[in-house]
Amino acid sequence: MSEFLQFTFSGLTVGAIYALVALGFTLIYDTSQVINFAQGEFVMLGGMTTVFAAAAGIPLPLAAIVAVLITVCFGFLLYRLAVAPARGASPVTLIIITIGASIMMRGLAAVVFDKNFHSFPSLLGDKPIKIDGAAILPQSLLIFVGATIIVVALWLFVNRTLTGKSMLATAANPLAARLVGINTSRMIGMSFAVSAAIGAVGGILATPIALTSYSVGTFLALKGFVAAMLGGMGNPIGAVVGGLLLGLFEQFGAGYLSSQYKDAIAVVVLLVVLFTMPNGLFGKAGIERV
Amino acid sequence: MARRLFASPYALVGAIVLVVILLPLILTGNFYLRVAALVYINAIAVIGLNLLMGYAGQVSLGHAGFFGIGAYAVALGPTTLGFPVWLSLVTGAAFSGLLAFVVGRPILRLRGHYLAVATLGLGLLIWMVFNNQSELTGGPNGMQVPRLMLFGWRAVGPIIWYWISGATLVFCSWIALNLINSPTGRAFRAIHDSEIASRVLGIDIARYKLLVFVLSAVYAAIAGSYFSLFDGFVTPDTAGFLRSIEFVVMAVLGGLGSILGSIVGAALLVVLPQALTVFHEYEEIVLGLIMIVFMIFLPGGIVPSLLARWRWRTA
Repeated sequence: MSEFLQFTFSGLTVGAIYALVALGFTLIYDTSQVINFAQGEFVMLGGMTTVFAAAAGIPLPLAAIVAVLITVCFGFLLYRLAVAPARGASPVTLIIITIGASIMMRGLAAVVFDKNFHSFPSLLGDKPIKIDGAAILPQSLLIFVGATIIVVALWLFVNRTLTGKSMLATAANPLAARLVGINTSRMIGMSFAVSAAIGAVGGILATPIALTSYSVGTFLALKGFVAAMLGGMGNPIGAVVGGLLLGLFEQFGAGYLSSQYKDAIAVVVLLVVLFTMPNGLFGKAGIERV
Repeated sequence: MARRLFASPYALVGAIVLVVILLPLILTGNFYLRVAALVYINAIAVIGLNLLMGYAGQVSLGHAGFFGIGAYAVALGPTTLGFPVWLSLVTGAAFSGLLAFVVGRPILRLRGHYLAVATLGLGLLIWMVFNNQSELTGGPNGMQVPRLMLFGWRAVGPIIWYWISGATLVFCSWIALNLINSPTGRAFRAIHDSEIASRVLGIDIARYKLLVFVLSAVYAAIAGSYFSLFDGFVTPDTAGFLRSIEFVVMAVLGGLGSILGSIVGAALLVVLPQALTVFHEYEEIVLGLIMIVFMIFLPGGIVPSLLARWRWRTA
């Protein structure tokens, strides 16, 4: 039983991070139909910038805020300088652009920062809390709380503010949104900025447990993409559920079956889900017009 | 006149033959021949992927898996089964095609990004097998690949592999061009444009998708076998996610739906990192920047976009 609880805790911790990456994918996809493969780089930038800002003598909480702001700038620039100029290009062309941006950001991080692994101490210390024979790190609790706050804040932003509703309108029907006077280009830019912020926070929360380096982005983008597709692309609830499930499958697979093949179990689950539900768990069936 | 010559599919095969024959006259030295051989080997895999993506419109983010099957087949065949290298290569290609055939039917029912993520998963599974079955494959450290014996002598060195890969590239391009200009090729393009419309016209879309998926898997496996035979060593990264992405980038950058584009895309992505070493630590930044700039200004891919411009100007 304590084993089961342990795997659940670690699964949810990892899953919460995947969920945040997947949420970033979903947000950008909804407004612009772009699969942003640079999403993992946002997570990397969040963690790395915090590490180096803190090393430069800025207090940790302030360093985290600086990191989020810098990452948001990158998100906005990614849209303005790389995605917006190619508007009207096919989705696959836009994907290659985001892959190019991801390579660029990784290279930039390697030059500006370095190529080593880094971490910073958790705000809550690292003395594990014992629950029923299972141990949970205080930072894991911080990750849960942080992820929950982000999801709730995003929900409030999208459903309760005018800007959020304009973004929703842009996602639902760009032409109709433009007709009622919404600046859709600005809304898409904003979705990139918000996604970058979500990614950065995820990176900052994960760093005390998982370490960070200039190259962690690719792996996170991969996991986030899988999580988003598992949940059903374009659905924020799906992204969160997909992320948590992916984390749980990995940890249970590693714990009960084989640590070597922990990713294999997650992949097999993904394939089984897609074969039975071709649009993911919460995805809508696409309709093809002839 | 020039246009009609250009439009003939065999003009392109002729042009490739000429380039393969003439290039060694300009680029002497083992380094250049090595790079050229790598371009040809990558181009073989990318042409296969382009048939799938550019013509039939089905995305694959897992093609390095098939590439890896070919690469490990020539390493494992001789050591564990006692097969000669050439037979291992054929077996690898056949196995890769068979795997594509078996998983193709359920996977190809998926569309768009869901197909992308399913093929990505398939590629990851293949990579994991190579990475984890250490007793057979040496795990993450990789394994030695026996040399290919041709008519009693060992095929080693850039010059020999330049000619082997060049000849195979010509052959593979010829097959691909023949296919594209056949009723099957037209069926592919119909499926790309609209699955429903093609089904209404009586095209068995499941069968055609499966056919092109299997063919592209065989192309990738052959390229993979060449790659590891040329290198003499193979690691699981040969089948890794990054290589799958690299193939897709080559296909899209060069131009989807263009065989010449596949070769140009492969050439660009093999040569660029070599050329960019002058930028030292800024190499990745420049590479990413070049990819973005190319895609913004030539969104249809290098070859189709330039051709469209040239046609527009001469019209």
